[in-house]
Order: sequence, then structure tokens, then C-alpha cells
Amino acid sequence: MSEFEPTIVAFFCNWCTYTAADLAGTSRLSYPHNIRIIRVMCTGMVDPQYVIKAFLEGADGVLVSGCRPGDCHYINGNYKARRRIKLLKEILPQFGFDQQRLRLTWIGASDGIHLAEIMRTFAGQIKALGPSQTKLKMVI
Amino acid sequence: MTITAKIDLKEQNPLAALQQFFAGILKLEDIAAILVPQRLPTKNTVMPTLVTDPSFLGDADPLAPAFLMNAARISSRLTRKPMGGKIAAVLRPCEIRAFIELVKLKQARREDIILISVDCLGAFQNKVYSKFAGQNGTESTIRFYKNVMGGNTNEMEGAEFATACKACEYPVSANADIQIGLYGMKTGESILVKAQTETGDHILKQLNLPDTNEPPARQAAINALISQRTGYRDEMFAKTRESSDSLDKMTDYFSNCVNCYNCRVACPVCYCRECVFVTDVFNHDPYQYLQWATRKGIIKMPTDTLFYHITRLAHMSTACVGCGQCSNACPNEIPLTELFRTIADKTQKIFEYEAGRSLDEKPPLSEFREDEFKEIVGIE
Repeated sequence: MSEFEPTIVAFFCNWCTYTAADLAGTSRLSYPHNIRIIRVMCTGMVDPQYVIKAFLEGADGVLVSGCRPGDCHYINGNYKARRRIKLLKEILPQFGFDQQRLRLTWIGASDGIHLAEIMRTFAGQIKALGPSQTKLKMVI
Repeated sequence: MTITAKIDLKEQNPLAALQQFFAGILKLEDIAAILVPQRLPTKNTVMPTLVTDPSFLGDADPLAPAFLMNAARISSRLTRKPMGGKIAAVLRPCEIRAFIELVKLKQARREDIILISVDCLGAFQNKVYSKFAGQNGTESTIRFYKNVMGGNTNEMEGAEFATACKACEYPVSANADIQIGLYGMKTGESILVKAQTETGDHILKQLNLPDTNEPPARQAAINALISQRTGYRDEMFAKTRESSDSLDKMTDYFSNCVNCYNCRVACPVCYCRECVFVTDVFNHDPYQYLQWATRKGIIKMPTDTLFYHITRLAHMSTACVGCGQCSNACPNEIPLTELFRTIADKTQKIFEYEAGRSLDEKPPLSEFREDEFKEIVGIE
């Protein structure tokens, strides 16, 4: 069997982490291709249902990443996102999802190098965890 | 907050005394209407009624073990804008807690409503209730009152109370303006009326009821009931966790779900004006279903069942008051209350929040603190 390649869905905020991802690209840094980036205007708009949907559709990991404290373009969206992620980290493990599969990071617009590192580390960790249980199930 | 009064019962009938008490309140100058559960003349069931004429309170029955809907929603409808007068609302403790959540979500107003709670004796599931009440509903309520006051707080005549009620640790409301006490009072002899706010005090002052002191037996009886219920609740939590701790088990848990979304409609704190699950977002293209089926070889229809329930847990579990209406509304007897309470217990604890406890605590997902949950940020 071929090596397990995880699918990771990443919600990046437009102002910081997405810009950092852009910077990583223009700086010709590489990061694992497993990560599918979805650009959102702010991590504060990542409704828990987006994360739940990603997991139920078979994502092996979900990464939410926004601005550092104090840098949020909308003042406090990143803090609100932290509460939602905390909430999900409480709910999802109850149903057998390893809470390590859901992560929140804060990456500033100028941190292209840091972003590439984070992506590599996260992809590595998810690979080690193995495939998510949803992949082959009938449920959606 | 001083007035504690007593109403003596005639012929051991608490309903007649309560009806008289409600009529007294309705006759007060500043009360325009009273919202009170009342036995409907055409069918032997109890539903909330809005009454403006005191002579129409003859079938008021707040003690019946019938809990067809959580009247917090109704109270929200009546108070979301000024209605041109004050209303008194006779609610169960869980209805009051749900109402407080709705006030915090700005879907109801506390200003024009006087909350009256009657000690909750518990209730049956809807289906069980109609069998229990039989032909003579009022008589069955009195029987029920005596049964619960006699210490039988889980079942009666072979019928179990609703799980939500058996696991409810709030049989008495601390947030009502006026509390009507049954527990710890002598069965069939008297009931307690206690003001818990200035508004309540103001009302009771005008009614001139005979003063009394809260008997010490009352708190003892309440504490005993709460500890019994908490024990049942914790057992329920453990069992539910065990039966839902993997995706396979969750799929089993919801295998009877037909996506009717009744649980959402019945839930008093499912606060979205329009639920995303009934919008066009979920009116998938036929092609989409084929794609999904092709990817896995098989999909269960209807789709989005687990997605719906887990999303609902994420959206409203911090506001869940455990009233049990989700289970009541389910056509296929899925133990929803059990699961929602189990999850809600955890999610409310992480934010040190308790649904319906206080108007001063903001809903957890509407606020934040700068220095919290630092451990969940970052990847090492």
C-alpha cells in the first residue's frame, strides 16, 4: 500500500496568515502539499460547523490560523476564534476525534518562514496519527 | 426582598389555591395579562395560555406532569418588544432559565415580565402524559402532586418521568420574581409564596397574604431531591459517554434520525432566526449526492445527519438548560437530552458558565479574555 498522505484543511485569515503564506510562496519556501488553504476574512468567522464539516468529509487535520494578539484587523476576532476552537476541542474528542487533529496558531504577515515550519510540523504530526476514521464511513 | 407568605389549601387542592392566587395577580392594576399553563377544554392536555380576564383561570394547572413545549419561546414572543403592559408568566424553572438565555441573546426582554415559578414536580414524556391523564386531567394532577410530595420523584403508576426531569438539579427557580414553594411544605395543607426580587415584593405587598417563615424542612427537602437527581445525572453522563465515544457509536446513536429537525424547533435556546440546515446551502445538487456516493461507494441517506447534530451541539450546548424538549419532539425516540446534557455539562464547565444562572454573565461565545486558553494556541 502506498504511504498515507493526509488531507489537511487550513482556514487562514486574509490579513496575517494568508499573507504569510503568500510571502512563503514568493520567498520560494516549500511546505507540504497536503494542506488545502481556505482564505477567510478573519478566523473569528470560522463557524464551528466549517471545522465539523471538514472532519466529517474526511479531513485528517484542520488548522485555523490568524493574527497575533493585538494584530487582528477586526480588533478581537482571533480571541473569539480561540474560544470556538476550545469549544470544539471539548466536543470533538467525545466522538473519538483526537484533539491533536484540530489546531489553532497565530502567524503574523511577515512570518513566512515560521508558517512553512508550522505546516511541516503539523503535516508530520497528522501523518503520525494516521488516517481519520471518517474517510471510509457512510456518514456525512 | 422580604415577603414570604403562605396560602392555606382548601380540601387539599393546590390547584384551586393557585388559580385564586393568579386571579389576584391579574386583578392588580399594573398587570395586563398572565401567561399560565391551562388545561384545554376540548382536549385533555395542558398548554400555555395568555389570559387577561381573571374569570378564565378556572383550568390553570401549572402542576400537571405535562410539558408539551418550553414556554420560554412563547415568553420571548411576548416580550421581544413592549406589548403595552406588564405580563406575569407562570413558568417551570427550566423555562425561566431558557428565558434568561434568550434575554441575553437579545431575543426577549426582562423589563415587562414578572416571572413566577412553581416548584417543579417533574413531567412525563408527551406520549406518556396523555395515557396518564386519562379522562380526568385535573384529578390526575392532584394525584401526581401527592405522589411527588410523598417522595416518589421518579415514577408514578408504573410510568417513568422524563429523563430530563429525573436528571434535573433545578427543581426550584432562584431567578423568578415570585417563587411558589411546594417542597418541604405540608402536603395538601399549605403552599409557600416568596418574593425573590423587588418586583416580586411589590406584587406580593398588594396581595396581603398572611406572613410566614420558610420552614427549615423546605431547604432540606430540596437538597435531598437535588442530590438524588445529581446522582442520576452523573450515571446518565457516564452511560451516554460510553455509548457515543466513537464515530461508529455516534452513527448508531443517530441511526434513527430522519433529519426532521424537530429537536431544533422544540429547543428553546436554538437561537438562529434561520437555521442553516433548512436553507439552500443544504439543498444539494443531485450531482453532489452522486459525487459523494461515488467517492465512498455508499452513503447513508438522508445525508448531513451527524453534521447537523454535532453543529447544533457546538452552537447551543453552552446555552442548554436540559429541559428535555428535544427528546420530547423526536419522532424516533433518539435519546437526545442525554447526549446534549452530557456535552453541555463539559462545554459550560470550560467557560465556567451555567445556562440560565444569571443575566450578568454573557454567553461564552460572545466574549473572551485576553489571557485564557493559551495552551491551545501554537504547534510545537
